[in-house]
Amino acid sequence: MKIPNLKVLFISLLLTVYCLLLTVSNAHAMHISEGILPLNWAVLWFVIAAPFVAYGLYRLKKVSFVDPSFKALVGLMAAVVFIISCMPVPVPTAGTCSHPCGTAISGILVGPGISVLVAAVALLIQALFIAHGGLSTWGANILSMGIMGSFAGFLTFRVLRSMKVNMAVSGFMAGLLADWATYFTTAVELASGIKGDTPFMPLFWKILIAFIPTQLPLGILEGAMTAGMVVLLYKKRPDLLVKMKVLKPEEAL
Amino acid sequence: MRIQNSKFKIQNLGIIILLLTAFCLLPPMISAGEKWSGVDESVIEKYANDHGREAKEPLINTDQGDLLLFVFLLAGVVGGFVGGYYWRTLTEKRKPFVPLSPGRLCRKSVHGSTGSPRTDKAN
Repeated sequence: MKIPNLKVLFISLLLTVYCLLLTVSNAHAMHISEGILPLNWAVLWFVIAAPFVAYGLYRLKKVSFVDPSFKALVGLMAAVVFIISCMPVPVPTAGTCSHPCGTAISGILVGPGISVLVAAVALLIQALFIAHGGLSTWGANILSMGIMGSFAGFLTFRVLRSMKVNMAVSGFMAGLLADWATYFTTAVELASGIKGDTPFMPLFWKILIAFIPTQLPLGILEGAMTAGMVVLLYKKRPDLLVKMKVLKPEEAL
Repeated sequence: MRIQNSKFKIQNLGIIILLLTAFCLLPPMISAGEKWSGVDESVIEKYANDHGREAKEPLINTDQGDLLLFVFLLAGVVGGFVGGYYWRTLTEKRKPFVPLSPGRLCRKSVHGSTGSPRTDKAN
């Protein structure tokens, strides 16, 4: 019994040191910064995102009315999404930094509606206090990270689980596709906002291809993180997964 | 026994590979400096600048001295107090149902952590 414990301790220590060292550099985000999008586009993305945020509020109110302790879990998920989405990860293949989104795991655990709300709160705090993203681009960032990330993660996980794919693979694919969907949407938003008189598609492909060296490996990292979290919960606290309707009670046994 | 030994060997090999990868990657990361710019600069702002759009200064610029630390301190204090204050709603035990009249149920305190539905408002 001692050998596995020592190994776990050692790997945990290593990962902790690794994470601490990563935080030494300045945090960099992929969110669209303040002033990048013209006002009309910024308003359009905000109008598209607003009903999803409202639906998230409605879902939170409804679910926490039945079970007040659910609010604490949502708070915890908000903290997780906030931290993950401003955690810079250097990607040696590209020489740049970027971050995972965290909306796949929140979409899976608390549902895509509430996950959008969680992402919106995280993005607002980041825009206000740590200059990640911006207030004028809040709607665009909610759409890419909150809505697309949450729904892509949630739907991928649910579809794969319904096809009897195991928990780890479903979690991995959910994280991977949520991350890539986020950057795909960011490329759409950016290309449509800055294109001016130039055609949309060539610029869109240019931006998307520029994201690939960083986001391809980072998507794999996000997939591994999501799979790890889901599997850990499945092994240690299956009751929580049942409570959050990720598992059926008979699957938790 | 042999199978167990080979499992341990594979595990050890995995750990060694992980360690080597980490140690190979860490030094350039630590001394990376400006090389490791975020994709917001290397992709988003680059293409935006090429098309005549520039990022504006943030509304609240916390990148001045220790201001960001103060903001985190403030957030920690407020978050800590709010979390501490509402912790009781999760930990206090629910009081048992008190029947008011035949067929109607209510509870003196409805906040709790057991996960059962609130029934007082429904009645």
